Amino acid sequence: MSRGSFSSVARGLAWRNVHNWFTNPTLIVPSLLFPLFFFTAFAGGLSRVDSIPGFDYGANYTTWIYGFVLLQASTFGGIFTGFSVARDFESGFARRLMLGAVNRGGIIGGYWISALVRSVTTIAVVTIVALVAGLELNGGGIDLLGLYVLALLVNTFAMLFGTGVAMRLRTMQAGPLIQTPAFLLLFLAPVWVPYDLLTGWVQAAASANPITLVIDTERGFLVGDPTKVLPAFLVVLLLVSVSLLWARGGLRSAERAA
Amino acid sequence: MSQVLLLAQRSVIRTLRQPAMVFPSIFFPLLLLSINSSGLNSATRLPGFPADSYFQFAIAIPFIQGALFSAMSAGTNVANDIESGFLNRLSLTPLRRVALMLGQLTGIVALGLIQAVAFLVVGVGFGDGLATGPGGVPVLLALSLTISLGFGLIGAFVALRTGNGETVQGVFPLFFAALFLSSMSLPRDLIETDWYRTVATYNPVSYMLEGIRSLFIAGWDGEALALGFACAGGVAAIAITAASMALRTRMVRT
Amino acid sequence: MSDAAIETQGLVREFKRGPRAVDGIDLRVEPGEVYGFLGPNGAGKSTTVHMLTTLLPPTAGRAWVAGHDVVEDGGAVRATIGAALQEAALDPFLTGREHLRLQTALHGMTGPEARKRSDQLLERVGLVQAADRRVAGYSGGMKRRLDLALALVHRPRILFLDEPTTGLDVQSRSALWEEVQRLASDRGVTVFLTTQYLEEADVLADRVGIIDRGHIVAEGTPEALKAEIGRPSVEAIPRDPDERGHTKEVLGRFGEEVAGSTKGVSVRLAGGDAQLAEVVRALDAENIEIQELQLHAPTLDDVFLAKTGRSLEGEAEPEPVAAA
Repeated sequence: MSRGSFSSVARGLAWRNVHNWFTNPTLIVPSLLFPLFFFTAFAGGLSRVDSIPGFDYGANYTTWIYGFVLLQASTFGGIFTGFSVARDFESGFARRLMLGAVNRGGIIGGYWISALVRSVTTIAVVTIVALVAGLELNGGGIDLLGLYVLALLVNTFAMLFGTGVAMRLRTMQAGPLIQTPAFLLLFLAPVWVPYDLLTGWVQAAASANPITLVIDTERGFLVGDPTKVLPAFLVVLLLVSVSLLWARGGLRSAERAA
Repeated sequence: MSQVLLLAQRSVIRTLRQPAMVFPSIFFPLLLLSINSSGLNSATRLPGFPADSYFQFAIAIPFIQGALFSAMSAGTNVANDIESGFLNRLSLTPLRRVALMLGQLTGIVALGLIQAVAFLVVGVGFGDGLATGPGGVPVLLALSLTISLGFGLIGAFVALRTGNGETVQGVFPLFFAALFLSSMSLPRDLIETDWYRTVATYNPVSYMLEGIRSLFIAGWDGEALALGFACAGGVAAIAITAASMALRTRMVRT
Repeated sequence: MSDAAIETQGLVREFKRGPRAVDGIDLRVEPGEVYGFLGPNGAGKSTTVHMLTTLLPPTAGRAWVAGHDVVEDGGAVRATIGAALQEAALDPFLTGREHLRLQTALHGMTGPEARKRSDQLLERVGLVQAADRRVAGYSGGMKRRLDLALALVHRPRILFLDEPTTGLDVQSRSALWEEVQRLASDRGVTVFLTTQYLEEADVLADRVGIIDRGHIVAEGTPEALKAEIGRPSVEAIPRDPDERGHTKEVLGRFGEEVAGSTKGVSVRLAGGDAQLAEVVRALDAENIEIQELQLHAPTLDDVFLAKTGRSLEGEAEPEPVAAA
C-alpha cells in the first residue's frame, strides 16, 4: 500500500527536477546564461542612459538594471518550469506522476519547490556577477529581505501561470503561449528608464501593468528607500492566488484527458 | 540548371509553407522595435544621439533579427533533411552539390526578401523613411539580403557539420549575443563602458547595423555602407566556403 | 462497496467527436486472479485500463478497484494499485536507481527503507548492473523491466499490465511471464493483463475477457472458451500448388473452411479429430499428393473468429484519439 501524501509527492518530484537541472548542462547553462547576458548587455551597453535629463535614481545604472534583471530571472525561472511541465506531459512522463501520486496536488507542489530552487540559484549567480560589476546594495537587511521575497513571489506566480497553461495543452507547443505574456509583462514596464521618461503606448501600457509597481518597489529596496511596498506585495499575492486557481484548473484538465 | 531550379523551387515552397517560421521572424522583431522605440525614445536627448526619434535609430535592428531567424530556418531545414535521410537519397542521384547549395540559398533569399520588404514598409510608414530617398531601396535590400545570406549559411553550415537540429537551436544564443554586443542599442561613441565599446567595435554586426542605419538617418554615407557590405559580404563568403566544405563531407560519394 | 478486486458496471468511454472506445463493459475480477484482457489494436483495452487506473474518467457507468470508486476515490485506488502501461513513461535523464528513488518518494518511503526496497526490486528484475546508467541507454526489454519494478515499489495488491511484452524479444518475454506468474502465485497479487498475444493470455491468465470494438464478446477460462468452439481444424498443403482447388473440394466434405492457411486449405472438422483418418483416405483416393498435414486444436483466435467473424491475429485498427 502506498503511504504517499502531498508532501511526499512534492518532495519526490522536486528532487527529480532539481537533480535533472543541476546534472544537465543543456538545462542549467541557458537558465544561468540568459539573465547574465541581459544584465551585461543592458548595464554595459546602455549605461549612458542614466545621463538623460530627468533620470533620477539614487544609485548607478548597474543597480537600476539589476532591479529589472532580478525580476526577469525570477519570472523566467518560473516560466522555464512551465516548459518542464509541458515537456513531461509531451514525453509521457507526467503519466507516471499522475499514476503514482496519491495526492496529485503534490505534483504542483513539486514543480513549485523546484522552481524556487532554480530561481534562488540563478539569482545568487546573477547577484554575485552584478556585485563584481558595481551593483550598489544600499538597502538594509529588511530591504534586502523584501527585495528577494518579492522576487520569489513573482517566480511563484510565473511558475503557476506556466504550469496551468502547460497542463491544459500538454505539449511543448505551449511554449510561446507561456513565454509571450511573460515577456510582454516584463518589457511593457520601466525597463531601461523611469516611468516618466517612457513615451507612447509603452508608457500607457506600463501605467496599467502590475509589474511596474513591483519593479519600482524592487528598485526602492535596492537604494534603501522603498515605496508602495504594501500595494506591491498585495498585487503580487493576488497574482499568486489567481494563478494558483489557474494551475489547479490545469491539473483538473489534465486529469480529464487520456 | 534544371537541378538548381527544382531545388530552388523546393526550398522556397518549403520555407513559405512553414508559417510558424515566417510569421514570427517578421512579427517579433517588429514587436521588439515598437517596445524599444517607446521605451528608449528619451535616449534621443543624449548629446550626440544621431536621430530625432529612437524609432529611426532602431529600425535597422529588425533587419538583423530577421537574419537570425533566417539562420535558424535554414539550419533547421537542412538538419531535417539530414535526419530524415532525404540528403542521403539526393546523394544517390546525379545531383551536383553546387546545385543543392544554390537551391538552399534561394530559400534563404526568399525569406530574407519578404522580411526586408516588411521592415522597409514599417520603416517608411511609421518613421521618417529612407534619408536617401527611393534610390536607397535597392541598396537596402541588397545589404539586407547579403546579411540574411551570411547568417543563413552559418545555420546551414552548423546543420551540415553536426546533422542535428538541436545543435542548430543551441547556436541561437551565440547569434543573440553577437547582436546585443554591438551598437544595437546606442551608437558606439555613446557606449560608456569601455570593454563593451571595444567588443562592439570589433563586432561585424555593428557595421551591418550601421550600414542599414545610415540609409535611414544619414542618407548616402559611403564609409558606413562600405563597411556594412564588407562585413556582411565577408561573413557570407566565409560561411559559404565552410558550408560547401561541410556539404562535400556530408554528401561524400565514391 | 465491492469485494471484488476489480468490478465494472456498464463502463463507457466516449471521446469528443469520436467513437465509443469502451461501450458498456461489465466485468468482475476476483482477488488473486490473473485476468487476461485480449483484443486487437483499437478494441478498447488500453482505454479500459486507463479508466481503471484513474488516468481517465469514464463517460458513463461505474468501476471499483480494491473496493474504491475510481472517480470518487481516485487517491485510494492509486494507493493500492501498480501499473506498467504501454508507454514506459521514463525520464531519459534519470538512471534506473534514480527512478526507483523517485517512485519510493512518491509513495512515502524514505531513507533506508527506500534504498532497501530499490535494491530488492533491481535484483528481482535483473537490472542491478544497469542500475546506475541513464535510462536513455536502456534497451526496450530493460525499460519494461524497470517499469515493472516501479509498479511494484509499494507492494500493490492489484497490478495492471498494459501489453507488457509488446516489442520484446522471446527471452525478455519469458522472463516477464515468469515474474507475473510468481507475483500471482506467491504473493496473491491480482493481475489485470491486456495483451494482443493469444499465447500470452493462454499461458498466464486464469480467466480471459475478449474485447472487440468496445464490447466484451466472450469471457471465461481459456479452456472453457476453446471448448465452446470444440472442434479442431485440419490443414493440408498439397505438393502441387495447382491442386489447391481440388484439395479444397475434398476437404470441404468434412467441414467448413477456415482462414489461416496461405499455401493450403484448412477446414474445421465437424466430427472432431476422429475424422482425421477419413481425411487422409479421401485425399489418397483422389490421388492428391500432400506435402504437409497438420491437426490444430482450437485457439483463442478461433474463439474470436467464432464470436466476431474476424481473426484476432493480424487485426490492426488505430486506437481512438483522445480529444483534450
